[in-house]
Amino acid sequence: MKAGLSALCIGGLFGAGLGISGMGQPQRIVGFLDFLQYFALRAPSVAGKAGSSDGAWDPALLLVMAGAVGVHFVAQRIARKRAAPLFVPDWPTYAFTRIDARLLAGAALFGLGWGLTGFCPAPGILSAAAGVREGLVFVPAMLAGMALFHGLERIRARAVTDETGAARRA
Amino acid sequence: MLHLLGGVLIGLAASALLLLNGRVLGITGIVSGLLGPDARWRALFVAGMLLGGAAVALALPGAFASALHQRTPVLIAGGLLVGFGTRLGNGCTSGHGVCGMARLSPRSLAATAVFIGTGALTVFALRHLS
Repeated sequence: MKAGLSALCIGGLFGAGLGISGMGQPQRIVGFLDFLQYFALRAPSVAGKAGSSDGAWDPALLLVMAGAVGVHFVAQRIARKRAAPLFVPDWPTYAFTRIDARLLAGAALFGLGWGLTGFCPAPGILSAAAGVREGLVFVPAMLAGMALFHGLERIRARAVTDETGAARRA
Repeated sequence: MLHLLGGVLIGLAASALLLLNGRVLGITGIVSGLLGPDARWRALFVAGMLLGGAAVALALPGAFASALHQRTPVLIAGGLLVGFGTRLGNGCTSGHGVCGMARLSPRSLAATAVFIGTGALTVFALRHLS
């Protein structure tokens, strides 16, 4: 009961934070990701376009990250000193610990989509809820991408079972 | 200053979810877990997120407004990539970028560096090479 009510309120805090931070404006995300222009200004084919068309790097999201990571860093320290969270018996467990190909490939694909759209999952969902056209197209495609992953994982799991089954028969 | 304030609120939300509910604030995991066995708190969290976003949208009308107007196929391709990639990599901007970075998790530091890197390369190609 307490945990459910707190999840609702914390979700509200998170949604409000996203809206206030500017994360809900994809032009800001793209403006933030546009820092490579400064490394490429000397390339003649690039310099003109970088200077004229889209303007300078937008560092605003650095403030968002600094605020969020800074506050949560302190919370992680507090968590380490306490035996348990307030409303449940256990701290989260982390199933994965290694930096593997799946992590890196997944992050690379996510970054590609993030750069194309200016949306990561939560701001995309809020934009769709606000009736913004870009969000309304993005979110169903994102959910389809998640469903595709689950479908492929299920096929992979079945293939592994088949292989072990075949091995047992042999 | 609104950016910093928004970031602090995001950090407070991640902190409260950890210290009260013992959960990691990762939107990819929360959304994809909506159909799983532990769906109740996730559904309540998403409901709260939509309410919080709506409240801000009323006060700041431009909070969720796009000035990019990408073509539909670009948005669909991007959506598929974000959905598939965040599941394959087990996290997005919130789970890896905020919670994992604050925990100094090597996995999350690597993931965040990679998605900011490929994001920046994509934007560079779109804005300056096309």
